[in-house]
Amino acid sequence: MRVEGKGLIDRGQEVAFQFDGARYRGFKGDTLASALLANDVRLMGRSFKYHRPRGVLTAGSEEPNALVTVGSGAAQEPNVRATVQEIYPGLSATSQNRWPSLGVDLMGVNDLVSPFLGAGFYYKTFMWPKSFWEKLYEPVIRRAAGLGALSGENNADRYERAFAFCDLLVIGAGPAGLMAALEAGRAGADVVLADEDSQMGGRLLGEVEEIDGKPGHVWAAEIIAELEAMENVRLMTRTTVTGAYDQGTFGALERVGHHKKRRGDALPLECFWRIVAKQSVLAAGSLERPVAFRNNDRPGIMTAGAVRAYLNRWGVSAGRRVTVFCNNDDGHRTVRDMLAAGVHVAALIDSRHDAETVPGVRMFKGAMVSDAGGRTGLEHVTIRSVGGEDRIQTDCLAMSGGWNPIVHLTCHMNGRPTWRESIQSFVPSPDAVPGMHVAGACNGAFSTTACLREGVEAAKRALEAIGVKAADVALPAAEDGAYRIAPLWAVPGKGRAWLDFQNDVTVKDVKQAALENFRSVEHMKRYTTQGMATDQGKNSNVAALAVLADVTGRAIPETGTTTFRPPYSPVSIAAMGAGAQGKGFAPQRFTTSHAASVEMGAPMIEAGLWYRPSYFPRAGENTWRESCDREVGMVREAVGVCDVSTLGKIDIQGADAAKFLDFVYCNMFSTLKVGRTRYGLMLREDGHVMDDGTTARLGENHFLMTTTTAAAGEVMRHLEFVHQGLCPELDVAFVSVTEQWAQFAVAGPQSRALLDGLLDAPLKDEDWPFMACGPVALGGIAARLFRISFSGEHAYELAVASRYGDSLFRELVKRAEEMGGGAYGMEALNVLRVEKGFITHAEIHGRTTAFDIGMGRMVSAKKDCIGKTMSERPGLCVPGREQLVGLKPVGEVKQVTAGAHLFCAEDAPERENDQGYVTSVAYSPTMGRMMGMGFLKNGSERHGEKIKMVDHLRGIECICEVTGPVVFDPEGGRVRG
Amino acid sequence: MRINCPVCGERDRREFYYKGAAVALERPAPDAGEAAWDAYVHLRENPAGETRELWYHESGCNGWLVVTRNTVSHEISGVALASEARS
Amino acid sequence: MRFSGLKVLKEGLTGNKGWKPHWRDPEPKSEYDIVIIGGGGHGLSTAYYLAAEYGLKNIAVLEKGYIGGGNVGRNTTIVRANYFLPGNSEFYSHSLKLWEGLEEELNYNVMHSQRGLINLFHSDGQRDAFARRGNAMINQGDDAILLDREGVRKHLPYLDFDNVRFPVFGGLLHPRGGTARHDAVAWGYARGADQRGVDLIQNCEVTGIDIENGKVRGVQTSRGAIRAKKVAIVVAGRSGQVAAMAGMRLPIESHVLQAFVSEGLKPVIDHVVSFGMGHFYISQSDKGGLVFGGDLDMYASYAARGNLPLVEHVMEAGMTLMPMIGKAKVLRSWGGIMDMTPDGSPIIDKTDTEGLYLDCGWCYGGFKAVPGSGNCLAHLIATDRPHPAAEKLRLDRFRSGVGLMDEEGTGAQHNLH
Repeated sequence: MRVEGKGLIDRGQEVAFQFDGARYRGFKGDTLASALLANDVRLMGRSFKYHRPRGVLTAGSEEPNALVTVGSGAAQEPNVRATVQEIYPGLSATSQNRWPSLGVDLMGVNDLVSPFLGAGFYYKTFMWPKSFWEKLYEPVIRRAAGLGALSGENNADRYERAFAFCDLLVIGAGPAGLMAALEAGRAGADVVLADEDSQMGGRLLGEVEEIDGKPGHVWAAEIIAELEAMENVRLMTRTTVTGAYDQGTFGALERVGHHKKRRGDALPLECFWRIVAKQSVLAAGSLERPVAFRNNDRPGIMTAGAVRAYLNRWGVSAGRRVTVFCNNDDGHRTVRDMLAAGVHVAALIDSRHDAETVPGVRMFKGAMVSDAGGRTGLEHVTIRSVGGEDRIQTDCLAMSGGWNPIVHLTCHMNGRPTWRESIQSFVPSPDAVPGMHVAGACNGAFSTTACLREGVEAAKRALEAIGVKAADVALPAAEDGAYRIAPLWAVPGKGRAWLDFQNDVTVKDVKQAALENFRSVEHMKRYTTQGMATDQGKNSNVAALAVLADVTGRAIPETGTTTFRPPYSPVSIAAMGAGAQGKGFAPQRFTTSHAASVEMGAPMIEAGLWYRPSYFPRAGENTWRESCDREVGMVREAVGVCDVSTLGKIDIQGADAAKFLDFVYCNMFSTLKVGRTRYGLMLREDGHVMDDGTTARLGENHFLMTTTTAAAGEVMRHLEFVHQGLCPELDVAFVSVTEQWAQFAVAGPQSRALLDGLLDAPLKDEDWPFMACGPVALGGIAARLFRISFSGEHAYELAVASRYGDSLFRELVKRAEEMGGGAYGMEALNVLRVEKGFITHAEIHGRTTAFDIGMGRMVSAKKDCIGKTMSERPGLCVPGREQLVGLKPVGEVKQVTAGAHLFCAEDAPERENDQGYVTSVAYSPTMGRMMGMGFLKNGSERHGEKIKMVDHLRGIECICEVTGPVVFDPEGGRVRG
Repeated sequence: MRINCPVCGERDRREFYYKGAAVALERPAPDAGEAAWDAYVHLRENPAGETRELWYHESGCNGWLVVTRNTVSHEISGVALASEARS
Repeated sequence: MRFSGLKVLKEGLTGNKGWKPHWRDPEPKSEYDIVIIGGGGHGLSTAYYLAAEYGLKNIAVLEKGYIGGGNVGRNTTIVRANYFLPGNSEFYSHSLKLWEGLEEELNYNVMHSQRGLINLFHSDGQRDAFARRGNAMINQGDDAILLDREGVRKHLPYLDFDNVRFPVFGGLLHPRGGTARHDAVAWGYARGADQRGVDLIQNCEVTGIDIENGKVRGVQTSRGAIRAKKVAIVVAGRSGQVAAMAGMRLPIESHVLQAFVSEGLKPVIDHVVSFGMGHFYISQSDKGGLVFGGDLDMYASYAARGNLPLVEHVMEAGMTLMPMIGKAKVLRSWGGIMDMTPDGSPIIDKTDTEGLYLDCGWCYGGFKAVPGSGNCLAHLIATDRPHPAAEKLRLDRFRSGVGLMDEEGTGAQHNLH
């Protein structure tokens, strides 16, 4: 019911919206909850387990009951708190977790059988027959469980992430937070003030108390205006600080667009902020807690502060005959405000015998509400007092069991809160988060004056810590009432009294958990699921542990709390993962030949972060194999061109460069002549192979190392570590030049001819033997040439500055095509290397040693190197290890598959008989057959043996002859020719 | 988490690569024996408290750093270049 | 008390007043035959199997907090046997078989749900590696099916197949893989052990290990000295500290692993999905929460909490792989302390001290190992011989290099596995 003359809503702007298909009107400034209450809609949801009818309990993000789904299609958003969702024209919300409708929910049958669904019942049943768990029980349970539903469609909204930095982060813009921001702002500090609400002011918006003689919200607006005018202060509304992390880092979610009809503007729906603050002030306020009594979950039963907020902020009375039930003075305010607004207050029930008398209302002192009636909406409550029981007709019960300071963020770095007897609540322990100062209600200071004062004081402490001189801020005048409370957690009596509303955990459940010896608060939580709902126990934790403490005969502080963990309130995956959807997950690296390759129709495939051409299809070719076979043939018979720029290139210079390379490679590099290149094998310190590649000596003190594409980063890191960490005295420096040089393999019998036509000066035989390297020029441009080969052919790699890469690639391909060759891609590259028995990371997969790949002799005996000592461990060089071999199919089945395992021909294909596995396979057009590489126990001694390859997954069994890894041109004549 | 790089200043953890305990700086002699090498490569003090460890400023200056950090509180009490911090 | 649907009915009709404690809270005795340090999943299952399979009675489990309060109560609940290296293969296979009879064994519904696990791959090279793994699983007697892209689409139609950074090439389906209700596993073993006479002693911190002449004699605790003929250290997450009480230094570095759960949602993900390129894995609990996680935070930590870079990386992986989960909201994040070993595989072994046993190094894979680890450690303690399924999980493999089980191939840097 809307109350005339109350509220901060804009009555000039009517807003039409829908809930469960029905049309309603509210005002700008309404939340979905306030607007529904204004329309006398009390039933807003169903509970998780018993599907009990539920109305709104609170007026904030802690709401456990009024969860709805907003929108439809890809925009469908489940589990939206009606208390947070601002209404906008066209807003369409639906209730959830009910079938067929909110009013008639057939799953409500669960409530009837609730005696059988008590705490932990599912651990004790559904065990027979065994196969029924996956087939029957679990699917039924899963369908019944869950709250709202995802749309199943790909996210179509925009989300963002951002960084912010400040001197002081103030969390919460109630009286304490506003004063803290004002103090720091006036002192000139960089301030971020964040508040989860759409409007700053905190509880001042929901109360009638005055500050400096003005209504609280007017005072707040003035302070906000002053802060807004300061360049050093940033105000962030609708921004929840969700977590406190190390070294002053905070996570925060800004809900940028949820209150707007159309999201197609430039702004995202949400932005997840990483805020780095030198200091912080926590002024997060406090949350009111319900009291447990029989049927305390009826729609219409709410926290007293929420009832007050709906009245004062939104101009809504949550009922026509309101009853208040409390154990502390705060409930009295609700009576006062309702009466002042002309709302009928049926009764005030205060559990304290010595409670102050409130005029103008029928008051029951020392009494309790023991039951509530009205299935889909509260109709009456039963009051039990010394005088007996009374039944009162009422459609709204405002209850207050006291207030819990919002200590959450102070506990995110393992801080534990401290019990304060006087307010019957936990308060933050000092210095629980480095640099965080706690002020106001979240520090257990409940009067407005105390909040204002603590805000200033906290800011001053923060400013002092960062050496900023405090400014003078006068403390405004405000109420300074004492907060009196007598503990009341659960009203004794029969029936079910709810603690955790959403998860349907009652006092009985907690007692049963204790009976079954789940007496640790963590055990109780896990056994009953109390505190595991979407409010994470904000409405139930303290009462539940008080009940547990009582039933186990312990004090509350001794019983302890469960752990508060981020996020403070739930954050969408899309916000924290913003930008990653689609291609944004990882950087994309493109070679200089990318555009030309795409133009040539090459499918580009991922190679780590890079994209490389798979093959270059030509007219008439229908499968990748046809193109690949042709490309292999081009290289073997004419000339092929391949972009190899993705290989890591590390420029190494310094007087000790050669000495350094001797240390990081297992073979010698100090003996390498200037103008020559050598294959190098690098070990990890644990003795296994890290990477391989060629390193060229460009000058006496100048080397260029190449790494595999995959290991480029790891090798760079390794070189820097070995230098800085193990031998900083060596004069050597490294720089990655992978991106600076575009490098192309020109391979095949015609490669020399191609280059001779292209380079400014033809190559002389005596200057360019196999493994030579040196500077060349083409078109007047300086380039580098390496006579190295990954194909086994006479081949070169030509490198130019990246800016020439595109044109050089096109020119090389054009010339190659004129000579009967052309570009080749990754598929052909792989076939060529398997034919030659060259290894890649399929073979050096991190578990192989130099011994395993037949390079044991490369580990120089003349010097120490990284990994040498550990490579001599008995386990790393014993016979019986799996060694690299070639595999040639010789039986009827000619197919060799990578990932298949090897067995002796007579053995069953079982683990105990495993002899090895296949790492790489390819069809060799050169040899006209499949070929494989793999690892086989004692493989180097088993050439000629017949072995059984078994691939269970693909249903292939094939007899192979064990060969050396090199299939084609084992003498290596072609590469030198 | 943020680390104060001696070269670059305070930077986000995202810029750094973590290797492990700073024991990696104390490489034994090749003939130091099996036990010494096992200890170097595998065994760790792994304290619940302050420890010295190696981080690499991969997205910054490429400096290898010895960071003194508490493994319980994550408080960082010192950062030095590995090339200067070798004991 | 035997649990059954009938019992639930009977108690429901009589006010649920007849339930009994699932375990006792006994005072520690001054002496036991066997003391298990650590009341997590592994410690409890060890005690259970010692009592159930070897008839041993005089056993105590000492837990410094509450039982099941470590990683068994804080994980992504995945149960699988999809390893490919000897040692791991037979061990996890053994463990999975124990899982498959666990409800009957314990008379406790641990909700082991064999809903199938799919490991996605994104290149030919990854496919080959997964093929090797899948074939190894079948060689071991477990199950694996290689799916191509269309096969994956049939199971997981909600993945982004069209506009994704690392397109899905296919997946390895492990039909017997799945999940379980993690807390219930600890409680079920605790109840089973208690019923067989094991003393579960909570709030009892071990502060020292007594060793005389190379033999273990007992432990010092916050509740007094307890003598024991045999002592087992089963405290993953704190292995280094407790082993140090026996003068040992372990090949372990402790790291934090974060995990996440979303608000409850109607069923949307029916499998366990693992996305290697993004270090991301996800399933949906029976309550409806999406349970998911990623890689280590990558720095040594005992804080049991992590930081945002990893949090965001996990969310990024989820968004690129299955952008339909974007509007699911993360309800809670947490961090566990992982015993990371130099090869990423665990240790169940004797120590140089007679009567002192070690069960540690579970990295981030300890949950699925709970039955196997307890079963094999119980065998080792009871018979002084390694269980055949765990005979390769040796402590000295690092020093000798014999039988390393580096599934990731990342070498002896603890956090890379």
